[in-house]
Amino acid sequence: MSTEVAIVGIGMHEFGRTEGVSGMEQGVIAVRRACADAGVKWEDVQFAFGGSAAAGAADTMVSQLGLTGLQFINVANGCATGGSALFSAYNTIRSGVFDLGIAIGFDKHERGAFRVDTRGAGLGNWYGASGLALTTQFFGMKINRYMHEYGISHSTLGKVSEKAFRNGSMNPMAWRRKPISEQEALDSLMLSYPLTQYMFCSPGEGGVALILARADKAHLYTDKPIFLNAAVVRSRRFGSFEVLAPSIALEHNAGPTVDSSKAAFEMAGIGPEDIDLAQLQDTEAGAEVMHMAENGFCEHGEQEFMIQAGETEIGGKFPVNTDGGCLANGEPIGASGLRQVYENVLQLRGQAGARQVPNDPKVAYTHVYGAPGISGVTILSR
Amino acid sequence: MAQVPVTEGVFTWPSETPQLIGSRCVACGNHMFPVQAGCPKCTGEKTEQVLLGRRGTLWTWTVQGFPPKAPPYAGDVDPKTFKAFGVGYVELPGQIKVEARLTEADPEKLKIGMEMEMVIVPLSTDASGNEVVTFAFAPVA
Repeated sequence: MSTEVAIVGIGMHEFGRTEGVSGMEQGVIAVRRACADAGVKWEDVQFAFGGSAAAGAADTMVSQLGLTGLQFINVANGCATGGSALFSAYNTIRSGVFDLGIAIGFDKHERGAFRVDTRGAGLGNWYGASGLALTTQFFGMKINRYMHEYGISHSTLGKVSEKAFRNGSMNPMAWRRKPISEQEALDSLMLSYPLTQYMFCSPGEGGVALILARADKAHLYTDKPIFLNAAVVRSRRFGSFEVLAPSIALEHNAGPTVDSSKAAFEMAGIGPEDIDLAQLQDTEAGAEVMHMAENGFCEHGEQEFMIQAGETEIGGKFPVNTDGGCLANGEPIGASGLRQVYENVLQLRGQAGARQVPNDPKVAYTHVYGAPGISGVTILSR
Repeated sequence: MAQVPVTEGVFTWPSETPQLIGSRCVACGNHMFPVQAGCPKCTGEKTEQVLLGRRGTLWTWTVQGFPPKAPPYAGDVDPKTFKAFGVGYVELPGQIKVEARLTEADPEKLKIGMEMEMVIVPLSTDASGNEVVTFAFAPVA
């Protein structure tokens, strides 16, 4: 595997709701924590890529961090904002332009389901006015069709939520830290059939920063460098079924997750069987189920057995969303993809505490998915 | 009370048999909804307007169980009076799958593959007292 770029420092601001602290300030705190983790000063950082969806232009945070004159590029790419910042930082180092840089994501959203700017999304006002512009509807419809085609049960959706909240209860950075049972998840308010309140993540707040260095210099900053073996972002192709789509083609295409996953495995030169744990986009419980197969970790329909048998639990054969995922952490759009990478760095360093995956995991995978049909994947190893 | 469509150019109205207005790619025949100028399938730059079929089969569905945010939603958002509504994709044979409100919101009565027909339904009342209508699909009795 390619080992040109290493993650040498990680920082996070707690996810959830932090009254009185702006999204930008949460980003600044994450940056300071990442610098402290790597033992670098802000003035040592040569470049930054950063973004948020709803909490302002990332480059203005230099007025709080210090006006060092570094190259700072704002990234705005919806749910793949964090993944795009990381992709850009990764390739900036690979290109040889700089040796040390940072990828930053933060956000702060209003309560309740995302309010969709139909015009900004390239859709007519009639679409939202008619009651169709809700991302939650897409997720309900995608998993409903999937359950029909592949025999996934309501119980399995409940078990995904139960696992997420249990893992979240072991994560001091998580928003939701109170375990719930499968039955409580199934019995909670039905928001968008077949998905209930506890099967959906909520828009939230938080910040994550990752410091990247040329791998041959990583030892200057850490004795536990984590190598970034692949970082890929893909958009949709014709025929895929995506969020906020007034229509979809009759012919079927597997979608951007399948494309980004294949490209990432090719880039890293390994396959799904080499992955020890994964953080997969779980906007809702069904998404985690479907993304297991779309990322190549099982055949469509096999998830029913795997999840019922506990294989995706922290102590199982293939742990998924060990930090509680979006379900327990909420979704601050700009920070969400970097949270997954943060968790995998902790797991590969052996620093994940009560939720540490046993047997010294070596290779870990992240996957984000979002509007209007984009996906980002990373592969990390130690 | 006069009836006005939620927008012009998305469905034919007034009409005894309302139809959705879409586009067809002159080069490859791909259908699009709503109307658009470029083809996402073949990258063709020339499309022509077509009326879409009124009947199809339910490809997937959900039920909107909570009031959407307003704006953009124009319908009832009062939690006390809000009524859940169905949302689905209806596969129009040989054309495209379109997303629409459904007149049925009972999970027991919605089945993937069932026959559906396009109808016009009331959505809200505008500032002038007109009834705003939009399109939906109803199960074929």
